[in-house]
Amino acid sequence: MNIDAICALLLSNMTFFALAAIGIICGVLVVTVRNLVHAVLFLAVFLLSVAGLFITLEAEFLAIIQVFIFVGAIVVLFMFLIMLTYKVSDMAVPQGNRLKGAAIVVSGVLFCLIFYIMKAMKWNETAPVVTITDDVARIGKLLLGQYVLPFELVSFVLLAALIGAIVIARKGE
Amino acid sequence: MQLLFNTQQLVNNIQHWLTGICELYHLPPVLIVTMVAIAVALALIGGFISVNAMMVVLAERKIAGYMQDRLGPTRVGPFGILQTAADAVKLLLKENIVPKIADKWVFFLAPVVVMAPAVMAYVVLPWSPGLIVCDLNLGVIYLMAVGSIGVIGIIMAGWSSGNKYSLLGGIRSSAQIVSYELAMSLSVIGVLMLAGSLKMSDIIIAQQDCWYIIKQPLAFILFIIAATAECNRAPFDLPEAESELIAGFHTEYGGIKFAMFFLAEYANMFVASAVCATLFLGGWNGIPGLPMILPPIVWFLLKTYLIVFLFIWFRWTYPRIRVDQLMGFGWKVLLPLAFLNIGLTGLVMVLI
Repeated sequence: MNIDAICALLLSNMTFFALAAIGIICGVLVVTVRNLVHAVLFLAVFLLSVAGLFITLEAEFLAIIQVFIFVGAIVVLFMFLIMLTYKVSDMAVPQGNRLKGAAIVVSGVLFCLIFYIMKAMKWNETAPVVTITDDVARIGKLLLGQYVLPFELVSFVLLAALIGAIVIARKGE
Repeated sequence: MQLLFNTQQLVNNIQHWLTGICELYHLPPVLIVTMVAIAVALALIGGFISVNAMMVVLAERKIAGYMQDRLGPTRVGPFGILQTAADAVKLLLKENIVPKIADKWVFFLAPVVVMAPAVMAYVVLPWSPGLIVCDLNLGVIYLMAVGSIGVIGIIMAGWSSGNKYSLLGGIRSSAQIVSYELAMSLSVIGVLMLAGSLKMSDIIIAQQDCWYIIKQPLAFILFIIAATAECNRAPFDLPEAESELIAGFHTEYGGIKFAMFFLAEYANMFVASAVCATLFLGGWNGIPGLPMILPPIVWFLLKTYLIVFLFIWFRWTYPRIRVDQLMGFGWKVLLPLAFLNIGLTGLVMVLI
């Protein structure tokens, strides 16, 4: 192993732990801070750190889409809604609500499920080195070839959600 | 001089020289070369952004002056060319004022969040063959993604100032950018379909024989309108609309923080123009069919500043549009036209 490889390994490990720490801290802050705008900003940082983790895994497409959709669109929409909602934006509203018990049960079950799946999975200690040069083209071919039915189904569900949102929004008129 | 034309050779030579030095002193070559490349790129981009902003601001004031039949700045330096330098120094020396009810941290971070994506976008700008910080496979999507982060900074600025006008500016900005981002991304898809790649250098190479402005005129018009809106420039400058909102989201900002917003605006304008020149005007290519008289980097800058001039021209020609017109125009005109363009491009590609 030459000195370049050692440095690269060290750097990638350091990047991973730094990003993971930022992600965990911000994730906790999202659900604990009182101010909703601060929570949304921490959410944005959390999403960016996840995008960074994707980059360390060489999944650039996923990382960029993560930034594009979640940070660029969803967080902006959250901010927009919070600022339009009367007085929510400048008050320290309590974060918890009456559904605490149910929330603990649901997240506990989810955690056990994910833990069980991860434990059952056989992790490759030595990952096969696959260098995919043009992953965008491959994703496109898979989405519109092999997986065209699930893809269309998902877009149909999204369309239904869109129409539903418009119907609910127009009810008041 | 020859190296100015063949920048790939220039970059290779520098890299080779650096690797040689590293081997001489037993240093890790890849790491050192990468770090030096990052440092040099940052220094060059930082310098370029500030100088570019100063020059474009001066050009804007001069052009506006001539368009309105007056002279523009004339007092500082010969023909007023030092005016923006003097303005910059004045901004740097101003007192830093933070409103009492402002959210201190968000208020402090907002200019940084606006500035960072503007700088990040320069990573994929293709200046000349080989002269690109990182020629990502996903160049175009990267640009769109990075461009969409900046608006968070504007909203942060608007909200944290604790001022109703600022808040209104922030709300307007978020609504505007979310709507026009869609039209902008979709208008680019026609070009991407023709080029068959998202890489900036591939798109430029695909335009060696024919610029995409000829094959995709509708996409060009849509892109330039959406880009004007994305840069918050008149006639889409509703987030700062000085006649309605004082100065919109940056009402409470002064001194160096205001300078950051200003710098980011001009950095973004350059990026939008450069992307437009790359996607539609052939980037560093010369005019097809004619010999390459100028170095590629000169062609690139020439085309980019042509678009910058177009942006300035728009600003001093059109009145600001209303908020409802803005949303209606974005969703009911630009978006359907962008879809139409994608459909037509696909149809023509299948038929031919």
